[in-house]
Amino acid sequence: MSTVTQRADPAGTAGPARPLSERRPLGDRTFQVIALASGLLVLVILVLIAVSTTQRASLWFSTEGWGIFGKIWNPAANQFGALSFIYGTAITSVIALIMAVPVSLGIALLLTEVVPYRWARPIVYVIDLLAVVPSVVWGLWGILVFAPWIAHIYSDIGSAVNGVPVLGALFGPPTSGASFFTAGIILAFMITPIVTSLSREVIATVPAIDKEGAYALGATRLEMIRGAIWPHSKGGITGAVLLGLGRAMGETIAVALVIGSSATITSHLFAPGDSMPAVIANQFGEASGLFRSALMGLGVLLFVFTIIINIIARAIVGRSAEQGTA
Amino acid sequence: MEQPDQNIVTGLQAPEPATQAQPQAPPAPQPQVPSGPSDLVFDVEKVSCYYGAFRAVTDVSLSIHENEITAFIGPSGCGKTTVLRTLNRMNDLVAGARVEGDIRYRGASLYGKDVSPIAVRRRIGMVFQKPNPFPKSIYDNVAYGPRINGERSKRKLDEIVEHSLRQAALWDEVKNRLKASGLSLSGGQAQRLCIARTLAVEPDVVLMDEPCSALDPIATGAIEDLMRDIKSRYTIVIVTHNMQQATRVSDRTAFYSVLRNEESDTRTGVLVEYGKTQQIFEDPVDDRTKAYVTGRMG
Amino acid sequence: MAAITEPQLGPNLQEPAGWRRTKNRIATTAMVLAFVLAVVPLVFVLYTVIAKGISIISWQFLTSPIPPQVVPADVGGIGPAVLGTIEITAMATAMAVPLGILGAVYLHEYGGKGVLARLIAFMSDVMTGVPSIVMGLFLFSIWVLHFGFSGFAGALALACLMLPIVIRSTDEMLKLVPNPLREGSYALGATKARVTLTVVLPAAIGGIVSGALLAVARAAGETAPLLFTILTVTTANPNIFSGPNTAIPAQIFSNATSPYVGAQSRAWGAALTLIVIAFVLMIAARIVTARFTRYSR
Repeated sequence: MSTVTQRADPAGTAGPARPLSERRPLGDRTFQVIALASGLLVLVILVLIAVSTTQRASLWFSTEGWGIFGKIWNPAANQFGALSFIYGTAITSVIALIMAVPVSLGIALLLTEVVPYRWARPIVYVIDLLAVVPSVVWGLWGILVFAPWIAHIYSDIGSAVNGVPVLGALFGPPTSGASFFTAGIILAFMITPIVTSLSREVIATVPAIDKEGAYALGATRLEMIRGAIWPHSKGGITGAVLLGLGRAMGETIAVALVIGSSATITSHLFAPGDSMPAVIANQFGEASGLFRSALMGLGVLLFVFTIIINIIARAIVGRSAEQGTA
Repeated sequence: MEQPDQNIVTGLQAPEPATQAQPQAPPAPQPQVPSGPSDLVFDVEKVSCYYGAFRAVTDVSLSIHENEITAFIGPSGCGKTTVLRTLNRMNDLVAGARVEGDIRYRGASLYGKDVSPIAVRRRIGMVFQKPNPFPKSIYDNVAYGPRINGERSKRKLDEIVEHSLRQAALWDEVKNRLKASGLSLSGGQAQRLCIARTLAVEPDVVLMDEPCSALDPIATGAIEDLMRDIKSRYTIVIVTHNMQQATRVSDRTAFYSVLRNEESDTRTGVLVEYGKTQQIFEDPVDDRTKAYVTGRMG
Repeated sequence: MAAITEPQLGPNLQEPAGWRRTKNRIATTAMVLAFVLAVVPLVFVLYTVIAKGISIISWQFLTSPIPPQVVPADVGGIGPAVLGTIEITAMATAMAVPLGILGAVYLHEYGGKGVLARLIAFMSDVMTGVPSIVMGLFLFSIWVLHFGFSGFAGALALACLMLPIVIRSTDEMLKLVPNPLREGSYALGATKARVTLTVVLPAAIGGIVSGALLAVARAAGETAPLLFTILTVTTANPNIFSGPNTAIPAQIFSNATSPYVGAQSRAWGAALTLIVIAFVLMIAARIVTARFTRYSR
């Protein structure tokens, strides 16, 4: 009935066909192994980081014991208590968050709710530009331009509130351009892009129906934001803020240049201080033995803190748009 | 899942014996033996397909004859695409998909222990419902198959590309812009490109999953003409929603339907009737077939 | 019945008056203000860097050796640092980008929903938050203490930073490649490796390259990891595998605390160079995205 093709094994002229039974080709299996190995590299590196740094820091841990949280950091006397640096890291991060979070949320809401689509792209561009300025450039500008300028403002405020109960303790003298507060401000500039873009992602997952529902009831934009967006985004924005916190805590160079490098614990925000990554960066070169182990230990503490914060934050934010889709 | 209480399968076996005239599968080239008329390419025996615990298709048995066009028709969700995809092991790509029963391709078991799905797909090609040209040039789209199978000679590839595009009735339209992107073609052209791409590896069988459903009537007509032209060199199995299309192009037709289990509220696909197209449409045996082809169902 | 004497006829369609309206206006103003607050420092930084750096930038500046800090601005340059940055960043890219792409390929094409794949995906997100200084300390412990300071150690540290970034952005791109493209390739008898290498990756290449460029921009600007791995020196060292080296950000860092005007000027020039590099990479990333992303009809 039909013209029959004269082929025993329908290999055709396009090249020999593999026999029907065949193990998976070697190239295919090799590729899979290589891909798997590359993926595993992430886990391997993280484990190695934890292990190797802890090992180098063990001298400090065993020598000081709980003294690692002591107040005194005096290399000459072989005393290495990290409390002042933990304090500095915490304070500067908090200052940064207080300033950056409202600004970031404002920009995120601006982009998602207020601005027409055409204007959104240039605004995002500007935020990306903000993100791409390297840390060392922030630090350079900070110490050579920003700090001297703001030192005047500090001393004006400082003398104004001198003696006033709470404000005096926070904003009174001593004052210096290079201080906790300056570091906090610079950190705020640096973490704004990441908090903004993550918040934007979170807000974008709010179902449009909810927003429309609020508007349909005659709500103003602010009321809609409070009623429809906030309940949905609370969790995700918290995650975004935590990620900003992690970033602020780990930021080294800009802080190292503008924080003043003085290992003190004081409530005076305009006073010079120090932070964990900053002191590591500044003093590692001259360190050896227990001193170096202590700096390593600060690194371990930093690693642990930021990993924990990041795990919590990522667990909340989730990956991409896997949550809250209508 | 329950056993269907009604599973009438008629016209299953052609009068010819179900043995193959020549063995396939062995790696050494065999002497060329002309196959007899209506040789069986596929022998599907009591095949059920599962996605996880869900039984999508139940107990399908049929045979596909060489150099014929066999159509799978039936309402949505009756498993015809699932069955089609078992014929070239595309369901392997779906997590949790499982096939029970036996499918023999020219005598060799398609799901045997040592069978390579890659080798299977080399011989049994597939054209998809929505044209899916690669974001490469027209030339590279068609040459892709031969290249991955080792063909390196530019001259040979040029020949193959032209030959395949001619078979797909696309050559005249694109011969002067082979470097243009495959994405720049219209729907009908893109689908013919995908057919050319499939033919370029000179498969034995071409499976088509509703190839015209995304195309306008003129493009559809072109594809149907193409199918009739290449039938003498290939065996074609086509899933189609369009009954007129089945009557226009196919030699045999398999009608699938859905079996509903009222207790567990589940559905599974079954093969209701299979036979020569003329018989299915003019004188169907099963009532369900009759209802469908006269338009009262589906 | 009686004549209507109210001042308004018909429904009141004016905006909600009073406090509600004011609150809304305040909120909108606050959002715009937020943006302005973010732009102001950016403008100041860029302005300062350009103003102070532009006068010192020249081909000579980019290629001359690094003089002692006390030397005035018009002498010398940052040549060794430029060389170092190019070498170290290139080496880091060569290591991180292929491995990152392969890692993402594993996650998306092979790993699926398995526990291992989800763990790796989660941990690579977490890894993007590891402070860069920790990477530096890590490489110090594991490499420098055994093999000494070198540009290569710095490249390893930067590569560790870049790896999770490349994995994440490549993964996002692979998600965008439509499945019908993969199926079309499988149906022609391709192995999974071939499908990935010949259809999926080429389709996603625009986004992958763009993501990689952004990772490079990030790495080029990093200082902290280099402090512990390359031991900032002032002489050029073309041999990336042995001996301490220098890079532009490291040089800026050491000059920033210098009391000498010359050193500070060189720092500004270097900062401008760094900013230009980062911006060029960023713009290149946008261009690549715009021109090379098209998957289906």
